[in-house]
Amino acid sequence: MKEMNELKRKVLELLKEDARTSTALLATLLGAEEEDVKTAIGQLEKDHVIVKYAAVVNWDKVDDEKVTALIEVQITPERGRGFEGIAERIYLYPQVKSVYLMSGAYDLLVEVEGRNLREVANFVSEKLSPIDSVLSTKTNFTLKKYKQDGIIFEEHEEDNRLMISP
Amino acid sequence: MITNKTQLTGEDSKSMNSYLAPLVQQIQPSGIRKFFDLAAGSKDIISLGVGEPDFKTPWHVREACVYSLERGFTGYTSNAGMPELREGIANYLHTRFAVEYDPANQIIATVGGSEAIDLALRALITPGDEILIPEPCYISYSPITAIGGGIPVGIETIGENDFKLTAESLEAKITPRSKVLILCYPSNPTGSVMTREDWEPIAKVVEKHDLIVISDEIYAELSYGINHVSFASLPGMMDRTILVSGFSKAFAMTGWRMGYACGHPDLISAMLKIHQYTVMCAPSMGQVAALEALTNGMEEKDRMVDSYNQRRRLIVKGLRDAGLECHEPQGAFYAFPSVRKTGLTSDQFAQRLLLEYKVAAVPGSVFGLGGEGYLRCSYATSVSQLNEAVERIGAFVTQLERERME
Repeated sequence: MKEMNELKRKVLELLKEDARTSTALLATLLGAEEEDVKTAIGQLEKDHVIVKYAAVVNWDKVDDEKVTALIEVQITPERGRGFEGIAERIYLYPQVKSVYLMSGAYDLLVEVEGRNLREVANFVSEKLSPIDSVLSTKTNFTLKKYKQDGIIFEEHEEDNRLMISP
Repeated sequence: MITNKTQLTGEDSKSMNSYLAPLVQQIQPSGIRKFFDLAAGSKDIISLGVGEPDFKTPWHVREACVYSLERGFTGYTSNAGMPELREGIANYLHTRFAVEYDPANQIIATVGGSEAIDLALRALITPGDEILIPEPCYISYSPITAIGGGIPVGIETIGENDFKLTAESLEAKITPRSKVLILCYPSNPTGSVMTREDWEPIAKVVEKHDLIVISDEIYAELSYGINHVSFASLPGMMDRTILVSGFSKAFAMTGWRMGYACGHPDLISAMLKIHQYTVMCAPSMGQVAALEALTNGMEEKDRMVDSYNQRRRLIVKGLRDAGLECHEPQGAFYAFPSVRKTGLTSDQFAQRLLLEYKVAAVPGSVFGLGGEGYLRCSYATSVSQLNEAVERIGAFVTQLERERME
């Protein structure tokens, strides 16, 4: 059991680096049987530990750029449900890419994506702000993404080692 | 004395060789150099020839150095190195390898492990002394011995025995002039490691023949599935061992040139004399970075070692799938497959692999006795590059088989 858990952790680390790594390669890298790797991945998917396999995209390099805003939202928690109900109301909008409950000066941090500034602004004014429990919003547009999920978007650190060295 | 300036220029420049010390004239350029020149002229090469980590020095280490420069920490340190660094090295060696050194008089911070080895040899050699060197080994030991006036005596280790040194092969090379044994395990270029059981008979021979040991343990942290046993930790070996190590491999700090030597106070004191009159002290900014690496760098180091281990499995499997025999390297970051079955010498194999298949690896012959017939392949490169490299090697081996059939 302990070995399986260790294998799962290592598999997760490698898939986080490159989700397309084949089970055969994972098995070689980890010195494990391919069948065990397949079992581990199957269990991780079933348990919703691996929620989805996705690409990290630098949209700045694609023609149809997207606009992203991080919106600080103050809300009044609901009796009995706290922040859960209101968070769900917000995250179900397809424009909303992520929602975090925060400590500090505001309650929810909501990441919203749109085709342009107007689209995001409209979402905030027409959908988010009118929700009864929402007390205030503060919209911060992202200007440039340098790093996401541990991945540096514009890697400057090239491999400039000598071809042959002692 | 040079009295006529024209002698120094143009076609007369060859005559300058007559000024050189005979010892230096006798030294041959490294065999690696030739491959460096060949590779430099080619494009799209995958290099398995690199003897250094593909990771950058962890950011917190670089940042500590930058911060120290901002604060103006740019002066000399004491000859032996910053007391805090020596203290850090002592704690590290005690924790990791159960060897104890007094930072006050048993440790010197040096300009890379290479300087430490040079200091040790220069402190020990009386011209004519024989220096025993298990081979294949790091390319510098033999020339640096010769420059110091010693006579390098190679001891061949063989693939069939995982390139381990044996007491019998060591004893067979000992003469009344034998003085020093240079060890390097985990080994560059073979990736071989020695266990405590492997070491014990060696220690007995060392004691019996009253040898001094220079133990280059630069790859100590890069041991996979096996704990590194420092030679100095063996019973009776502490006083007759100079432990040499550094930060290049474990902490991805090759360019910083930070190393150290530890040993008996008398030996260290003699080495310190040479060190203080030649380099004065190791670079102060490098010392700050090294201390940071020791203090806060273990997690990053473990992550890098984990990654090397994964790639080690990949390259060994890949080379074996390519049809080459490859013993299991348990340390460093080199695989050392045999290319004998192809009928080519290691030099021919490496040259053709480079020119025809654009994979740079180093022929085993450059590493001394026992290296011929093998190829040093560094796996300190990305998984995708390693995959591509072993595929190309496989295609090359298949082509060679076809050529032999025709």
